[in-house]
Amino acid sequence: MKNRAFHKELKTFRLGGVHPQDNKLSASAPLAQLPLPKQVTIPIIQHIGAPAKVVVQRGDTVKVGQVIAQHEGFISSNIHASCSGRIGIIEEVMDSSGFKHLAVNIRVKGDDWLETIDRTDTLVEEITLSRDEIVARVMEAGVVGMGGAGFPSHAKIKVPEGKTIDTLIINGVECEPYLTADHRLMLEKPREIIVGVRILMKALGVSRSIIGIEDNKHDAIELFEELLHEDKQIEVQPLEVQYPQGGEKQLIQALLNREVPSGGLPADVGVIVHNVGTTFAIYEAVQKNKPLVERVVTVTGKDVKQPSNFWVRIGTPVIELITAAGGLPESTGKVVSGGPMMGKAIADLEVPVAKGTSGILMIAQAETKRAEEYNCVHCGKCIEACPMGLEPYRLLLLSKAGQSEKSKRENVLDCIECGSCSFVCPSNRPILDYIRLSKTKVKKLK
Amino acid sequence: MSQSLLTVAPSPHIHTELTIPQVMRGVIIAMVPALLVSVYNFGLGAVYVTGLSILFCAGAEWAICKFLLMREPTITDGSAVITGMLLAFNVPSNLPWYIILIGSLVSVGIGKMSFGGLGNNPFNPALVGRVFLLLSFPVEMTSWPKAVATWSLDGTTGATPLGILKDGLRAGETVPALMQQMPSYTDFFFGFQGGSLGEMSAFALLIGLGYMLYRKIITWHIPVTMIATVFVMTGIFWFIDPTRFASPLFHVLTGGVMLGAIFMATDYVTSPVSHKGMIVFAIGCAVLTVLIRLFGAYPEGVSFAILIMNAFVPLINKYLRPVRYGANKSRQPKVGSQQFEQGKRPVTSN
Repeated sequence: MKNRAFHKELKTFRLGGVHPQDNKLSASAPLAQLPLPKQVTIPIIQHIGAPAKVVVQRGDTVKVGQVIAQHEGFISSNIHASCSGRIGIIEEVMDSSGFKHLAVNIRVKGDDWLETIDRTDTLVEEITLSRDEIVARVMEAGVVGMGGAGFPSHAKIKVPEGKTIDTLIINGVECEPYLTADHRLMLEKPREIIVGVRILMKALGVSRSIIGIEDNKHDAIELFEELLHEDKQIEVQPLEVQYPQGGEKQLIQALLNREVPSGGLPADVGVIVHNVGTTFAIYEAVQKNKPLVERVVTVTGKDVKQPSNFWVRIGTPVIELITAAGGLPESTGKVVSGGPMMGKAIADLEVPVAKGTSGILMIAQAETKRAEEYNCVHCGKCIEACPMGLEPYRLLLLSKAGQSEKSKRENVLDCIECGSCSFVCPSNRPILDYIRLSKTKVKKLK
Repeated sequence: MSQSLLTVAPSPHIHTELTIPQVMRGVIIAMVPALLVSVYNFGLGAVYVTGLSILFCAGAEWAICKFLLMREPTITDGSAVITGMLLAFNVPSNLPWYIILIGSLVSVGIGKMSFGGLGNNPFNPALVGRVFLLLSFPVEMTSWPKAVATWSLDGTTGATPLGILKDGLRAGETVPALMQQMPSYTDFFFGFQGGSLGEMSAFALLIGLGYMLYRKIITWHIPVTMIATVFVMTGIFWFIDPTRFASPLFHVLTGGVMLGAIFMATDYVTSPVSHKGMIVFAIGCAVLTVLIRLFGAYPEGVSFAILIMNAFVPLINKYLRPVRYGANKSRQPKVGSQQFEQGKRPVTSN
């Protein structure tokens, strides 16, 4: 039964897509524990929804896993102490997007965990909790979507009223160039991820799950094929390498040939998508009672001495990761939190790692500069690239002209901001910049 | 380096290497095989006409930017060089210098810069210049030097295969009889025929097409559709009456179909943006070409066909839009539908 993956036909999404060089420099670097930092700064909003409410005070002593900010409402998430020590200053700090949010500083002392947390490596396969208990446990553990969007996971486990879910999709695509966090996690924690998938299937009440993995991760595909070849409910589907396959909507199209309606959610077509990182976090939350206090972060770049994948405590300053990977290369012109296509350039290396930080990428000064812009030559490459079937060149013109009503009619809000249009534009036009502007204006129209 | 010097910009943070100057360079490289065939056939004449044409076009763009528009000259983007080469490809290789100059000024001045330069022109600049010359200097523009390598500038002239065909049919001869006077299809394919400078050899032009497809500069949609439509349409007429209509292979290999389909109709600026639009555009170019060739006054119609279709591009862009994600309702299964229920079954394959 070996090599079955290669007999399976590769699937991919049908609309648009681009092929940036994948540069997975850190693919062979095993997961390593980043040494504990001296202090961590934990923002109270690392998710979509309401900010959590701080429940500790300056001077309090906290253990790892202790709640320091309580969720406010259902679409919100708990925030836990990722290190033990004493609560320092609670003030507004800048996050990776450049916005200021309230954050709790912890001066790290020792590594003292809550006793309720199972820190052993033993695999716990039996799922004893009921559906509602699973939702509650995931909510308690503060698990949010770790692919970047940061939507509270418990809200995605609870089937929305009036909807039926028939398929769970596990996103192991990792289509962003450079990033290898999900890849390494799949290689090193496959059994845990599979238990995580079963937990999600139980919670959602579905009998079918598909793990989508891009073909540049043969080892992960083979490993999961081998572990799952007896399983009749969980499929592994290899996918052609094409960006932005990891986009929820694109992955659903690739795997099921279904399309989420404009403005809708995957649940509208009977699908829920979770990232492999999130699935692992859900395993730990449900089976090990471990809240989301650490995650895998890829630290990489062409000039980085040791491209690495680290287990990092939430709130660790980015500079600590860079130092551990051999220091900031002399050539660096830009540091990106996330991948090169959708990541955010950060201005300050003290910015803390958040639940959605999948990578830290150092880009050389030479590659940082945007090339000279030319007139639009109507080559149509942006249309060819757009995975949502939009006409980016037209949206740019409408945005420049301030035509928000027309932009809305051109479905500018469907844009997933994958950056494919700006990436392929031979005239180097800042298409996505203008589309973002347009989206903001259109949202205000309502 | 100091942290405060980090660049902060919105994503994406990487960019394809295929930028405008690279694209233009690629197109120029793709035209080289056809140029080489021309030099082999016409000798110095081809070099002279192409060189002058490039010089005049680039010079015109430079001068217009510098002295009329008062802005930074844009010739470094390479598009003026392509216009110059394409204009040369569309004229006989013994054209006097002043006609080339006029053609270049019309191409770049009226065809391109008057609309605001690269990207804004509705019509293919080289074709604007070419048609202007064809109407203004009908004699000079249709006296084609014989395809014999000669390193002097005054060779003998003769008609193109399409010209022989048109005149012969008008004189009441039949196609099979006229074919006796023509070179073989192999000669057509490799370029031993009379005609404009760059349209000699289908083989050389196809090499250029292959290169542009490989570099992903253009897609197959326009060239393949246009050539195929010309083939099918002339094939139908040929099938109906082979004495009055030449074979589809003849039509595809002679005249400007290859040059037009590969280098003129594919011009980014003056062709539609969506794949659907490109196909409609290419079919339009092909149909008009065939109609002019078979029933019009001119033996050749590619230039006119492409220019006419250029005018339809805004309309095509307006109505032939790409399919939006989520627009196809059949991909949004309703709960309880068969497609939806597929998911309920346990996966039994393997």
